Amino acid sequence: MATLELRGIRKSFGDVHVLHGIDLQVAEGEFIVIVGASGCGKSTLLRIVAGLETATEGRVLIGGVDVTRLEPKDRDIAMVFQNYALYPHMSVFDNMAYGLRIRGLPRAEIEQRVRRTAEMLGLGELLRRKPRELSGGQRQRVAMGRAIVREPKLFLFDEPLSNLDAKLRVQMRAEIKRLQRRLGVTSLYVTHDQVEAMTLGDRLVVMNGGRAEQVATPMEVWREPANMYVAGFIGAPAMNFLHGRLCSEGNAVDLRAGCAIALAAPPAGVKDAEVTVGIRPEHVRIVGNGTVGAIPLKVDLVEPLGAESLIHGILPSGEGLTVRASDCSPFAGTTLPVVLPAEHLHLFGEDGRRLRLAHARSATARVRAGA
Amino acid sequence: MHGPVATTKGEAIARAEEAAERADALRQRADWLTHAILILGVALFALPIWIVLMGSTHDVATISRGEVPLLPGPYAIENYVAAWTEGSARTTRVPVSAMMLNSFVMAILIAVGKIAISILSAYAVVFFSFPGRMLAFWAIFITLMLPVEVRIFPTFKVVSDLGMINTYAGLIVPLIASATATLLFRQFFLTIPDELVEAAKIDGAGPMRFFQDVVVPLSVTNMAALFVILFVYGWNQYLWPLLITTTGDVETIVIGIVRMIGSEADTDWHLVMATTVLALLPPVAVVILMQRWFVKGLVETEK
Ligand SMILES: Nc1ncnc2c1ncn2[C@@H]1O[C@H](COP(=O)(O)OP(=O)(O)OP(=O)(O)O)[C@@H](O)[C@H]1O
Ligand SMILES: [Mg+2]
Repeated sequence: MATLELRGIRKSFGDVHVLHGIDLQVAEGEFIVIVGASGCGKSTLLRIVAGLETATEGRVLIGGVDVTRLEPKDRDIAMVFQNYALYPHMSVFDNMAYGLRIRGLPRAEIEQRVRRTAEMLGLGELLRRKPRELSGGQRQRVAMGRAIVREPKLFLFDEPLSNLDAKLRVQMRAEIKRLQRRLGVTSLYVTHDQVEAMTLGDRLVVMNGGRAEQVATPMEVWREPANMYVAGFIGAPAMNFLHGRLCSEGNAVDLRAGCAIALAAPPAGVKDAEVTVGIRPEHVRIVGNGTVGAIPLKVDLVEPLGAESLIHGILPSGEGLTVRASDCSPFAGTTLPVVLPAEHLHLFGEDGRRLRLAHARSATARVRAGA
Repeated sequence: MHGPVATTKGEAIARAEEAAERADALRQRADWLTHAILILGVALFALPIWIVLMGSTHDVATISRGEVPLLPGPYAIENYVAAWTEGSARTTRVPVSAMMLNSFVMAILIAVGKIAISILSAYAVVFFSFPGRMLAFWAIFITLMLPVEVRIFPTFKVVSDLGMINTYAGLIVPLIASATATLLFRQFFLTIPDELVEAAKIDGAGPMRFFQDVVVPLSVTNMAALFVILFVYGWNQYLWPLLITTTGDVETIVIGIVRMIGSEADTDWHLVMATTVLALLPPVAVVILMQRWFVKGLVETEK
């Protein structure tokens, strides 16, 4: 168990700049999930922490010790790879014991540690088998076991679940979370799956193009995304973005779609400016015909999901809007009046950054008080 | 209503059966043809060996008369004992057993040496980045174009200047570097996933540990296959041993056989044939023995 600190990590492969200065403080026992689209540099960052790649600039501190120049083996970390990377010619036992043997632990202790870890993961019966005689899920467990048995300061996971089928993934996700809680080892977990990110992480690092766009708890990221990228990336289906204009007093926004929404409080320091208004599909309200301030949504496509439906439609401005509704399943071609509740609006400035609204802060405050 | 449907259905079944029969007949004919071709091929390869095998069981007179015996004769034991212990006294001083030993030592050392050197150089080229890595790779690659036969005079000069004529070292060392084996190992190493290398690094394995604990065990199958090929290659070496062995001490069996066939008239054909059969045995034994190994390897590895 240890803290982890990244200071201004930059990485270039020749002319290709992959990471542009990542800073991160991880507390002891914290589970950090790094999430982002493919190619944004998640794996590269993880490999820099592991010591498999050297940062072009910046420092890595594990437990307060600068390990930037150390080899992976001297960093006391363990890593779980996407394709598991088990030694194909070694039994499950040997796979798990290999790292301990190299460290020169006594035979009896190795035996005991491996057995204990195997029991914990339900691998007790499989110790004699070779990796190829295991199912994907079992291999995944062995890979986890190989990391756990080492009792490292830091766990690193690089998309460990992406080769499993959907059901097993959900199961292993819960198992990883439980194990991490129980062992209390500081963990860094890379994924591009936002459900994994939301459910596993104590905090998320949302990455985009080699930058950390936001570092916050999953709920904070969901409720107050720092910018349009994060807003669009976290949450499924993605947030709707509409054109709007903040009026000269700053306390109302005129949507191009043809309605004005009064804001409880003007965003700090911005008036009379073009803004992007974001609203999550689950927050759009379908109202009765003739409601004041409703916008007509021309339904284009309805996707039933069972308990809910996704309604895709077109606003009078030509902008698309997706609505997630649990009690409404209209036919394509009909027109639905919808209302965008002011308390659920996210405003983004022309640079894409979130404009802080007074009520958003108070909403968070309310939730915190309630929790 | 039912009538016509039933008829067409019946017709369809009959037609399908007919087609199936035709297909069966065709398949049988194809089988027959395949077998005929295979048998012809086997006969082509096996006939000379059969003739040698039979020839080695007759006395010298039979063969000298120009007969080609196709059935076993009565002199098998005598011929083989004579070949093994004395050899063809007319042309060489060394008995076959000694030449076999020379050949065996040479083939084993060439095979083992080639594998050891090439696996190490492939390991270096694939898993380490050092200045001049590509240069090293291309240098190895280019030597593919320079087999022993091409560089035989300079090699001979070097070996003779070093006083290695008529020694095992002189016989083996010039043949021991292998670009082919290096490239084969390189191709295989490239298929080892990077993650495996990285997992080992994180487990704390240094380069030598990784080589010995992961690379070598994973390469066993390839090594077995290469060993077979290289053993046969070493065993069959002709030109180089011919130059380098001027006395009988390190003479190999292949050279021995050639020297036995002196002039047509006074060749001990029965002994030549027996020696040839004996010379066939070690490569055959190696193939059979190692085949079990790498068939096992092929079945067991993977992922
Ligand atoms: N060795 C390398 N040489 C050059 N470019 C590289 C190298 N490794 C990674 N990159 C580049 O760095 C970028 C980030 O790669 P990285 O593997 O970190 O992405 P990722 O976020 O893990 O993506 P994914 O979700 O697909 O795994 C990519 O654009 C990739 O092309
Ligand atoms: Mg990746």
